[in-house]
Amino acid sequence: MASQEQTVLQFGQSPTSVSARVHPLVLYNICDCYVRRPDQAERVIGTLLGSVLPDGTIDIRNSYAVPHNESSDQVALDIDYHQNMLSSHQKVNPKEVIVGWFSTGRVVAGSALIHEFYSRDVNNLVHLTVDTEFRTGAAAIKAFVSINLSLGERQLAAQFQEIPLDLRMVEAERIGFDVLKPTNVDKLPSDLEGMETSMERLLALIGEIYKYVDDVVEGRIAPDNKIGRFISDTIASLPKLSPQAFDKLVNDSLQDQLLLLYLSSITRTQLSLAEKLNTAAQIL
Amino acid sequence: MANTATRSFLQVAATEEATPPLRVVQIEGLVILKIIKHCKEFSPALVTGQLLGLDVGSVLEVTNCFPFPIREEDEEVEAEGANYQLEMMRCLREVNVDNNTVGWYQSTLFGSFQTVELIETFMNYQENIRRCVCIIYDPSRANQGVLALKALKLSDSFMELYRTNNFTGEKLREKNLSWVDIFEEIPIKVSNSALISAFMTELEADTPVRQCDYERLQLSTSPFLERNVEFLIECMDDLSMEQQKFQFYYRNLSRQQAQQQAWLQKRRAENMARKTSGEEPLPEEDPSNPIFKPIPEPSRLDSFLITNQIANYSNQINGVAGQSFSRLYLMKALHEK
Repeated sequence: MASQEQTVLQFGQSPTSVSARVHPLVLYNICDCYVRRPDQAERVIGTLLGSVLPDGTIDIRNSYAVPHNESSDQVALDIDYHQNMLSSHQKVNPKEVIVGWFSTGRVVAGSALIHEFYSRDVNNLVHLTVDTEFRTGAAAIKAFVSINLSLGERQLAAQFQEIPLDLRMVEAERIGFDVLKPTNVDKLPSDLEGMETSMERLLALIGEIYKYVDDVVEGRIAPDNKIGRFISDTIASLPKLSPQAFDKLVNDSLQDQLLLLYLSSITRTQLSLAEKLNTAAQIL
Repeated sequence: MANTATRSFLQVAATEEATPPLRVVQIEGLVILKIIKHCKEFSPALVTGQLLGLDVGSVLEVTNCFPFPIREEDEEVEAEGANYQLEMMRCLREVNVDNNTVGWYQSTLFGSFQTVELIETFMNYQENIRRCVCIIYDPSRANQGVLALKALKLSDSFMELYRTNNFTGEKLREKNLSWVDIFEEIPIKVSNSALISAFMTELEADTPVRQCDYERLQLSTSPFLERNVEFLIECMDDLSMEQQKFQFYYRNLSRQQAQQQAWLQKRRAENMARKTSGEEPLPEEDPSNPIFKPIPEPSRLDSFLITNQIANYSNQINGVAGQSFSRLYLMKALHEK
């Protein structure tokens, strides 16, 4: 592109500050659509819904596939379908508007046409590509915006410029990747099991830090100030309490919990007792 | 395997007669995410949506779902809601999504979902679909790093009873049905397509700490417990109201029986007198007399549901308190280091 840069060639307004954030649901949905694509179709195309955050980030929260026909040089989207689905989605959540479109694979010649179709209603449109075929051997997910290239007054072409994409999946983390990653999970983790794994992880982390500190002290590893500061910050964040005060705190909470436990157990006993009485002693 | 291949349609049809009981609900990760997104965005308002999937033997596969718009008490809007549902299903079928309703999902707050409405919805669905489940998600528990998903269905014996609308003490004894047997919880399995599994493995390396760990280890659970106890107390009040209703009923019943006895004795004495004087004896029953009119027994459904609810709250309190114990001991151990 740089070689073409002459005085008359103009890039459209350059939205360099734009970035996009993708929620895991969108990714799951795209993959599901791809798995369920029609027989001969090579890719899936669909609409992305979401909103633009105050700081300019495009928040992609939902998506749906739109059927399309693709021949060698043209792409026909089912526009009716797109409109129907859009109005249905807006009934549920009017705050989600079109923010872009997705396609599996990569940017191809037809992409510009579709992009133009979508950009009729929206500016700052995002084009998300998900490489479901793993062509490069890695899971490539990319977001693009289009920039108009114009020669004087004449529109020349549109260039897709990649924008940073935020794939942090806090939502999914919350649920736990133990459930969302493997192809088959026999059972949801119960409360206590979840607790156990969390504690195990914490223990492992503490063990690791111990080992690291010991190694540094004994000169086996070169000390890293950054890590040292992190560790000292972490330790400092523990409130300094006298042993008596701490004991009292712990014991008080323990007693509170015990009281609640007692209350709920006694309620349950009452219930089973009442049930026996209700069903047995009603013969008059 | 060879056997299954050579089975004729007739055989298949014959085997389908005896449907195996529903054992497992298999949910796609996509559905979990969709449900959570919908429930969370509208929390604390309660929302519902439809589950789509397939019914395969003893497994009910939930492969997709879509949300319902928030319902309003308006007939026009209701008709629109039905349209919306049809439209959505038609649209989803076009992109090859399983077009088969297998139930619905709904959000709940602090597990307070056991209501008469839920049972009614169940009965409505059950009329059209042989097998359906209700998936319940509790967004209020997500803050503790718990994935509070539950799949429920009504037990067969309860449904039978509900159809005849017969919740008297006698019938319940006959069926041996107690409040525990209203709902059946079905274990949930999660499945993800190989494609998404590959993507997630690629994108999300195994991090040592995750958001849910952090939330699980958080020490403050008191707001949650507080609300729970509050609800528990409310339920107790409701239950005692129900009990009073029954007491009232029984008092009325015994009073009526005493009256009947008195009347009968009087009638018998009269008959004896008539007999001795050679007259026809009067009948020993008089349906026109108001004291022979049976008093309707109040339905036990409400008290059953409330009992269920209370049991649910107590279990939640128990669970959370139990977890807090481990947390407190962990904290103590950490501090002692």
